Amino acid sequence: MIAESMHGLLQRLCDAMGVTSNEGAVREILREAVAEHCDELRTDALGNLICFKAANGEAKGDAWPRKVMLTGHMDEVGLMVTYLNEDGTLRILPEGGIDPRILVAKRVVIGENRVAGVIGARPIHLTKPDERERALGIDDLVIDIGAKDKAAAAMAVKPGDYCGFDTVFEVLDEGGLRTAKGKAFDDRLGCAVLAQLVQGSYPFDLYAVFTAQEEVWLRGATVAAKAILPDVAFALEGTICDDLPKDQDVSPVTELGKGPAITLMDQSFIADRRLVDHLVCTAESRGIPYQFKRAVAGGTDSGAMHLAGEGVPSVTVAAPARYIHGPVGMISLADYEAMVALMRAALETLQGGLTR
Amino acid sequence: MEAKPLLERLTQAHGVAGYEGDVRAVVREVLGPLVDEMRVDALGNVIAVKRGTGAEPRRRLLLAGHMDEIGMAVVAQREAMLQVTTIGGIDPRTVLGQEVVVHGKRRLRGILGSRPPHVVPLEARSKPVPIQELYVDTGLSAEAVRELVSVGDVVSIRGDFTELVGGAVASKAMDDRAGVAAVILAVDHLSRMEHSWDVVAVATTQEERGLLGATVAGYGVVPDAAIAVDVGFAKQQGVGDHESIALDGGPAIAWGANAHPVMARRLGEVAEAWEIPHQQEFIPGRSGTDAWALQVTRSGVPTAVVSIPLRYMHTVVELLTVRDLERTGRLLAAFAASLDEGTAQEMGLAKEVSA
Repeated sequence: MIAESMHGLLQRLCDAMGVTSNEGAVREILREAVAEHCDELRTDALGNLICFKAANGEAKGDAWPRKVMLTGHMDEVGLMVTYLNEDGTLRILPEGGIDPRILVAKRVVIGENRVAGVIGARPIHLTKPDERERALGIDDLVIDIGAKDKAAAAMAVKPGDYCGFDTVFEVLDEGGLRTAKGKAFDDRLGCAVLAQLVQGSYPFDLYAVFTAQEEVWLRGATVAAKAILPDVAFALEGTICDDLPKDQDVSPVTELGKGPAITLMDQSFIADRRLVDHLVCTAESRGIPYQFKRAVAGGTDSGAMHLAGEGVPSVTVAAPARYIHGPVGMISLADYEAMVALMRAALETLQGGLTR
Repeated sequence: MEAKPLLERLTQAHGVAGYEGDVRAVVREVLGPLVDEMRVDALGNVIAVKRGTGAEPRRRLLLAGHMDEIGMAVVAQREAMLQVTTIGGIDPRTVLGQEVVVHGKRRLRGILGSRPPHVVPLEARSKPVPIQELYVDTGLSAEAVRELVSVGDVVSIRGDFTELVGGAVASKAMDDRAGVAAVILAVDHLSRMEHSWDVVAVATTQEERGLLGATVAGYGVVPDAAIAVDVGFAKQQGVGDHESIALDGGPAIAWGANAHPVMARRLGEVAEAWEIPHQQEFIPGRSGTDAWALQVTRSGVPTAVVSIPLRYMHTVVELLTVRDLERTGRLLAAFAASLDEGTAQEMGLAKEVSA
């Protein structure tokens, strides 16, 4: 039954809409999920949800670390309505890293009232073959909500409204890799893992931070880390998994079903080797599957946290997620559970497991 | 009969060209109680006859909407992934990141996955991803996929029925389940109207592969006149006034090679008389509809094309208004009820009714 509620929370988080800088709906789900497990809960000026849980006893001697920060980011990539056209369609711009090619012929929901819309394309019958050789860009695309003109559109939506993909979480395979599909695994998966970890009891002060605006260069974590100034920090992520068959022998980055990925380096930071080694030791000794992230791609909250104050040893742990930053992704529930197990064990043995 | 739930049921059924079984089951269930006889021919066309009140042998009006939709088929398995080809006119730019159903030994959900921007070089993003480079990911292991899926299995692209504002709806397969729905709605209206001709409602197959169902359905029905009910390009962003009709402007009555002028004119007159909003569409040469095939059935048939305005044709977000669908159903019924021997003579049909 515990496993079921774990999956239920992940499902609710993924189905909620929380495009970068509009994380409110996700924050409310998380607030409700963690409130009873923490000593203090507050939301800061950027919208980070900061959950504090005091150490479960007096700190012994030179026990270290005494203050641990973990993040999962609440925001997902999406779109913002920027203009209402005279014909009732909506101009859009991306919020976060989106390849416009994935927007064509998709369903979206817009604004607080979740108004339904579609992003269309010219009928193939009216396009010339050479035109089909050119990818559609953001300027070629509009959202159609069915409004007959600008005035009708303005009754339902307004410029500044956020739009996300209308994708539903579903388990695909009960056996095998125990796959599930849905949107926003980057990073509701990290949020879900962090919400599980908050239920534990630790010999250090725990700051579980559900961050805002990660997708626009780690803005939430930047201020949260400066406010907390932790001894060590972990970013929990859903990361690139490019393990499809390829003709060239290039890195899959991570592989689905092979356990959580420990990041050595991404575009935003170099992981603290002591934390990497502690995670590897923990995984090996407990028989928990793990892998390394095998590409210097993407940035994570660690990129902000490791530069806070006089510097914070940081590491990122991420479950593989295929097709992130797209309308529909795929994860392995086994990876999700292994990530919770690895992090729980790593935190329990963190004091004494690290050299200062 | 309510138009919207009918349209939702029809569009959400899967029926890639050549594999229209699920749609056919819905059509038979809905149409059955409304007609006097119904059969399915060798190519899977549903042929349903609603008898008129004229003396036998009666003249017959054929109303055709096609059941099939564009889709894909499996061409290879590579590890746990499936490679696909297209069935019907699909712009590869519209399928990246779509959810699909693989029709294997059982139905499997799948994703036409989109590689994340982090691993795709910027210059590559100006080019569409060709179909050959796409994989369907079912989330199952390679062994399970091998067990459940074979080369040649059909893949349909998911596109939920989405209600938009102002009576607009979007779904996959509006082309041409909307046409099928309009024909069914017309037959439903006719059950409360007097009509002297037989009305033969035909839900055709394999239109997207070259009007194949209609070719044999025409032969089997031997109609005195026929109307292809299909979707037409509605005005949308990126499409000019000169190449489109108005969304929510009512059914478009076509003029051109596949439209007998007497039929087209009479459709317009009936629409005026019944105060049904309507518009005209000009299609020289090939209309790309079942009328092309029906027109040359046996020794020739007067045909017409009636189009329901539709945006984003051949994508899974095909958009139309329910009002246009309802208007099309009413127009078809009113037209059918208006037919008499005088119309037949006007269309140049011989005095003798075909046997």
